[in-house]
Amino acid sequence: MSRKLVIDPVTRIEGHGKVTIQLDDSNRVTDARLHVVEFRGFEKLIQGHPYWEAPMLLQRICGICFVSHHLCGAKALDDMVGVGLGSGIDMLPTPEKIRRLGHYAQQLQSHVTAYFYLVVPEMLFGMDAPPEQRNVLGLVEQNPALVKRVVALRKWGQELIKAVLGKRMHGISSIPGGVSKNLSAEERDRFLLGEEGLLSIDEVIEYAQDGLNLFYDFHEKHREQVDSFAVVPSLDMCLVNDEGNVDYYHGKIRILDENKNIVREFDYHDYLEHFSEATEEWSYMKFPFLKQLGREKGSVRVGPLARMNVTKSLPTPLAQAALEKFHDYTGGRSNSMTLHTNWARAIEIIHSAELIKELLNDPDLQNEQLLMTPAENDWTGEGIGVVEAPRGTLLHHYQANKEGAITFANLIVSTTQNNSVINRTVQSVAEDYISGKAEITEGMMNAIEVGIRAYDPCLSCATHALGQMPLAVSLFDAEGNVVDEQRR
Amino acid sequence: MSIQITIDGQPVAAEEGHNLVDVAAENGVYIPTLCYLKGHPCLGTCRVCSVRVNGHVAAACSVPVADGMQVEVETTELADMRKALIEFLFSEGNHNCPSCEKSGRCDLQATGYEVGMMVSRFPYRFPVRERAVVADHIWLERDRCIFCQRCVEFIRDRKTDQKIFSIKGRGSTAQIEINTELANAMPPEQVREAADICPVGCILEKGVGFNDPIGQRKFEIQSVRERALGDKKK
Repeated sequence: MSRKLVIDPVTRIEGHGKVTIQLDDSNRVTDARLHVVEFRGFEKLIQGHPYWEAPMLLQRICGICFVSHHLCGAKALDDMVGVGLGSGIDMLPTPEKIRRLGHYAQQLQSHVTAYFYLVVPEMLFGMDAPPEQRNVLGLVEQNPALVKRVVALRKWGQELIKAVLGKRMHGISSIPGGVSKNLSAEERDRFLLGEEGLLSIDEVIEYAQDGLNLFYDFHEKHREQVDSFAVVPSLDMCLVNDEGNVDYYHGKIRILDENKNIVREFDYHDYLEHFSEATEEWSYMKFPFLKQLGREKGSVRVGPLARMNVTKSLPTPLAQAALEKFHDYTGGRSNSMTLHTNWARAIEIIHSAELIKELLNDPDLQNEQLLMTPAENDWTGEGIGVVEAPRGTLLHHYQANKEGAITFANLIVSTTQNNSVINRTVQSVAEDYISGKAEITEGMMNAIEVGIRAYDPCLSCATHALGQMPLAVSLFDAEGNVVDEQRR
Repeated sequence: MSIQITIDGQPVAAEEGHNLVDVAAENGVYIPTLCYLKGHPCLGTCRVCSVRVNGHVAAACSVPVADGMQVEVETTELADMRKALIEFLFSEGNHNCPSCEKSGRCDLQATGYEVGMMVSRFPYRFPVRERAVVADHIWLERDRCIFCQRCVEFIRDRKTDQKIFSIKGRGSTAQIEINTELANAMPPEQVREAADICPVGCILEKGVGFNDPIGQRKFEIQSVRERALGDKKK
């Protein structure tokens, strides 16, 4: 009797999703899918709004990576009014550095949240550990010192976001052509030197190093499991600068294959020439792919693992040392081991902290020249912004009419780019952990989710859904009758 | 002529005929307002300044003080009535503070905070209102209009004194209109004045917004109450 296994919803991710696994008469996996079951429709509801409100409204799509959405929208508006990088007109140094500072602060806090709160429980307790232990409260009980550090680290990132954008969540800093505020010397010193209840930047870097060491320890103890869990080869994509190194704020799009050959490299303004999107009736999340390679071969992976695969080096010392070890591990080929995404994420936490330190020591942040005002005839009515959000390459594309009303918006968010590779990951884990097994255990269910969680997917952004997620797993017979069900 | 009135039982000296909102403020008593602008004639459209004068509810901005007048402002009943009027304005339009350019500088939002509004007691009407965007430098976001008529009365063509803004229709079908020809002749500082005088985010200066950093916006620097009372605040 064939059966269908359903994990609904998937837990410890942002947004609503469910997994279905189809089993044949021998309990072998014949199909496995991540379904995204919610829809929000920001691309439609922004139409008609004044263009200058778009980055403020659209950042509300997400409570986690709002700075990325805000910046992406701001870059699109720079294009639209005819100023900034996309227009070939260099922005003033201070606004770009302020934007980068907020961006790195968000990457730090977002990665810290994903890594320590959502991923580390499995690293410390194992995928088969009881669910009541396998969470952040279990961490508090087992290692309160670690949790205190994590809370302090995340708070530091949030406070820096507040200093740059005015609020810890959904603040506003970027306006077309620049930013509305610099960073005062007093604000800078809070983060450089720390204060009561706030770490110094050197402590942040030290704690970030602890996070990487946590991964090394885990890897050392569970090397076989970590290295063999969901090995999913894919093309890797991210923004790079002229040196071929990842640039989280601006650059050209580079796509590498498993041997790190450049498959595509292009200006992100030409994305429509290269990418198309497929849809499936069973998910609200689209499947982007490279047109010329087709849907099977042309899907890409984005996010920490992809970035660490693509980048040749990193410009900060501690992150560079960690990257060399990461690159050496696969001997020059791309790393396709899904759980190594957490290794890449831990490197990026350090890298963000180091980049922030460099910027905090840059006197340009106190400069008063914050805005370039373009001439009225520089207006183009169209803009595209791309940044490397914590979860990967994020794109906002707007068009506005001559009156200034948005007429078109297209958002391709990181998790959408990862849709195909996440589905392949689900399939891989299902084949390894569930295929041929008659009984579903809680650990099996969790293995599927561990695979998904490695991408830190934000289904809220990707499909524009949000919510809290209990978990239900149901077994259906071939006629669709429920024969077994587990809930948490 | 000097007269004496009482506000919430306290004797207050005032000049006869002066506006009750101003007299109260000069004596440290805050009366919320939205359509009223000090130094301009009373509009009396929003009723948010409702108080009790000699036992009858009246819009304070429309009341010239007279000798012996007994005014009640800070009673539970009146405070709730004013709060209800604010809630009503939120329910009646489509107000989306999180993405509104006027957030932090909006009289309606600030007054909502001031009267302690958490949610509207009235069902939201979700009216369908089209934007007016054809003027060169002014964008009318009609969803946010509260029909205060400040723009109608106080923003006029500088050569002819003609009205640039007007209210068309009545009741639930009323909408703010703009004379595009006159609007396009407005000098930049008058466009800015129109946007500033609007107590909500209905009149927007095209392409301009979010220039004031969060924490340094008008009502974050000084609350609407503090602004009304100046150095007379209690």
